[in-house]
Amino acid sequence: MKNIFIFIQRNFTFLSFLLLEIACIVLLNNSSKTHQVFFTAASNEITGRVDKQYNNWRYYFSLKETNEQLVAENARLRNLLPVNFQAIDTTKKTILDSTLRDSLGKMRKYTVFPAKVIGNTVTLQANFLTLERGSTQGVKKGMAVISTDGIVGVVVSVSENNARVMSLLHRNSRVSAMLKKDNISGSIEWDGVDPKYLLLKNIPKSAKVAMGDSVLTSTYSANFPSHLLIGTVNSIVADPSSNFYTLKVKTATNFFSIQYVYLVENLRYAEQVAIEATPEKN
Amino acid sequence: MSDYVKNIIRFILFIFFQVFILNEVPPLHQFIVPYIYFLFLLWLPFNINRFFLLIIAFAFGTTLDYFTGTGGLHAAPCVLIAYLRPFLLNLLIPQDTTENSYIEPSIKSMGWAPYSLYIVILTFIHHFLLVLIEWLQFGNFVYFIGKVTGTTAISLLLIFIAEMLFFRKGKFRTNAA
Repeated sequence: MKNIFIFIQRNFTFLSFLLLEIACIVLLNNSSKTHQVFFTAASNEITGRVDKQYNNWRYYFSLKETNEQLVAENARLRNLLPVNFQAIDTTKKTILDSTLRDSLGKMRKYTVFPAKVIGNTVTLQANFLTLERGSTQGVKKGMAVISTDGIVGVVVSVSENNARVMSLLHRNSRVSAMLKKDNISGSIEWDGVDPKYLLLKNIPKSAKVAMGDSVLTSTYSANFPSHLLIGTVNSIVADPSSNFYTLKVKTATNFFSIQYVYLVENLRYAEQVAIEATPEKN
Repeated sequence: MSDYVKNIIRFILFIFFQVFILNEVPPLHQFIVPYIYFLFLLWLPFNINRFFLLIIAFAFGTTLDYFTGTGGLHAAPCVLIAYLRPFLLNLLIPQDTTENSYIEPSIKSMGWAPYSLYIVILTFIHHFLLVLIEWLQFGNFVYFIGKVTGTTAISLLLIFIAEMLFFRKGKFRTNAA
């Protein structure tokens, strides 16, 4: 302790110089948008680089599981190939050619990109993922992030080659969800307790909920396509003071071992957000 | 007039001169932005406390920043030159004669060559840091150095004119002061 005081005393001028310079940078950061963007992007880039190195090591430990997931996904996709569908030759000949071809690009609403996860936390109150894909590769703020099993989160900030994703395991995360059985919608939140379980709130007590019911993304969300799996109902808590259930939902995505995700871009996102933000005149 | 009053008046005059006259000059050339306000820091007395000097520089830079609406942009180089000033003065002047007999740096108290060197080095450092944190990158390095040198040259010209106009008779320190 004494040595610390002696050190401070000896370098008092230099330390106060450093302190004042830092104060200048902070002032600059607060007053100028350009500088703010620069410092944020720079720190994002650095933390992204460190995360990437760390991930290069960690990656090997879950290689097996990732492979299994990829194989499962490949199998699912192969099953969708038109080759697999062949009409049975009966007296009436049927030709299956009803695949929608969007040659003008007007009907497409969602585009999907793959991205590698290079940073992920589950133990904090505010958990984020870092993806190795940034604005240069077409990532935008507000894009939805899903994995093979279920949804993961929403992109909140983008630098040149990295993107930060607010995970579902973030106390401020809100996703519009619905029950698969009767399409009653509520909102998915997280209470910060257990990274395996989310909370589904605002489900009226009139809904017939049972344990094990699937919870999907609702049709109201601007980021997420509808009918993606979020999880299954694990327990039902009826709050006697209100007309709503609070459902504990087991996440479909395993946030502990997430390696690859898919970014989903809603091509009409800006339009939808803009019209929803317009105040109603009446 | 006491040194305090004199320096407070200088503080105000330098800020006003920079904000209301030099900053209003339409851009002459991409390399040239006239700056002279930091001369206030170079004219402060020799025997000022180093910590106090840093605080004054910070306050001075921040005041200018409030006028121009660029929080911290000018304060950072001001604090830097205030930090470097005592080291440079120690190198440039004979310790026991000048510092004891004169109050503040001037042509008279330091001599032509050391005084010019002192001004040139600190001006250059000031502009270097200023342009660097304004751009946040070196960009085209030749262009960067060109801008720093051009701005420094204009500042030196202004300082030279200021020295000629307001010739400070190197005041001796006396026991009475």
